[in-house]
Amino acid sequence: MPTDNWTDSQPIVSIKDVHKSFGDLEVLKGISFDVMKGEVVCIIGPSGSGKSTLIRCINALNDIQKGSIKVEGIEVHDKHLNKLELRKKVGMVFQQYNLFPHKTALENVMMAPIKVLKESPAEVEAKARDLIEKVRLQGKENSYPGELSGGQQQRVAIARSLAMNPDIMLFDEVTAALDPETVKEVLVTIKDLAEDGMTCMLVTHEMGFAKEIADHIYFTDRGVIVEHGPPATFFEQAKDERTKEFLSQIL
Amino acid sequence: MLEAFIEFFRQLADDYPRWNFIFFHEPRQWARIVKGLQYTLVLSIACVIFSVIIGVVGAWLQSSPSKLVRHIVQGYIQFFRNTPPFVQLLFFYFALGQFTPSITGPDGWTEVPIISNVGWAIISLSFFAGAFNVEIFRSGIEAVPESTQEAAEALGFSRLQTYKEIVLPLAFRVSLPALNNNLVNLVKTTTQAIGIAVPELLYQSVSIWSDYPSAQYPTMLLLFISFIVIVGVLVLGMHRWEKAMHIPGYGA
Repeated sequence: MPTDNWTDSQPIVSIKDVHKSFGDLEVLKGISFDVMKGEVVCIIGPSGSGKSTLIRCINALNDIQKGSIKVEGIEVHDKHLNKLELRKKVGMVFQQYNLFPHKTALENVMMAPIKVLKESPAEVEAKARDLIEKVRLQGKENSYPGELSGGQQQRVAIARSLAMNPDIMLFDEVTAALDPETVKEVLVTIKDLAEDGMTCMLVTHEMGFAKEIADHIYFTDRGVIVEHGPPATFFEQAKDERTKEFLSQIL
Repeated sequence: MLEAFIEFFRQLADDYPRWNFIFFHEPRQWARIVKGLQYTLVLSIACVIFSVIIGVVGAWLQSSPSKLVRHIVQGYIQFFRNTPPFVQLLFFYFALGQFTPSITGPDGWTEVPIISNVGWAIISLSFFAGAFNVEIFRSGIEAVPESTQEAAEALGFSRLQTYKEIVLPLAFRVSLPALNNNLVNLVKTTTQAIGIAVPELLYQSVSIWSDYPSAQYPTMLLLFISFIVIVGVLVLGMHRWEKAMHIPGYGA
């Protein structure tokens, strides 16, 4: 893996002219942008605009047909991609939490470092307990996912992802399946992370949150980036008609 | 105490000749039953273990990226599910048995095949029940959401790790009731090993009532009761297992 030539001063994620199709349906039609280390990027847009697909391509859950995605210098669009190396760098949190239902909260967090990184269980457990505390779930270590609320499950999922020590976190509409009253606890957790300097890429419908947390906002529609900019200019001075229409519907 | 027991059945056989529980008052017949039970238990336990292993491995291979592997597994299932187990048993023993090498026995002059009739019965019945187990585990695997596997993949789990740590434990729980049924059937099907002269319980029972027609009803009764007990223990164990594997807040 040619990672040795990558430095902090270069983009941590570099996306160039990415095209992605499902069969005949092209969902990404040439997307390009860079993310710098420590940046928080929000991707917004109407349903079916390809936001989730884009974020899933970054950790190779979906493949792409054309273009290039580089994560810390690793080319993701490569047949010989070492997926494990990529996934050690990129953590992902899903809309449906996707916890392992047969493992307790603590075991969910401990599993990947033990099985994938082969770290010693005692060290992993100490780290996992810290992470559970960090997502404010002390006392729930031994609960099974089925015994936790959606918001609590999502926070376990964040802790589980952080246990792998990723450099980048991807959040795919992580509050979309939650009850309104539990959305906030998850957003606070993500905000903590961003403030600690974690590079975050979020697909979200929470405009208020995006405005508050993002360094840069990308608006996608029908597979292309229509408009982008820092939240202040993006929300106040949208130029494109599609952006204006979307914002008027959602705000 | 034992004396009185034996005496009671000897008297019963004298008074009612149709109810000659010969195995309760004649040590040689009792020894036959014990031997038969041992073989039945060995067959049952070995076949249960091997058929479950075949089911787990087969279900994993069924999700293989290689088309050839998937076709082979599918062909295996079709063959063993769509043909009678008794015919399979005869085929394995009489047809395939001819091609396996034999070694010289301990007496120095007889030829002993390396796979005995008991061995063939275990192989044949395991593959038979294994074909059903593959299908049972496959339906269990299909009940595990794709997204759960994706989460494991995103955490860096390999395909095998995802299968072992996530898919299988969840699929197993879903599959247990169906597996339970198949294993009950398997234990009962072990009696067909009589066809290749495996001295299991049915074989011994038939031998007893051929030698002593007056013992026919009692021996049949013993057969039924033995299987009710053996299968009962299996079902009880499976239910305990099902309970132990229950996840709080998950499924029914």
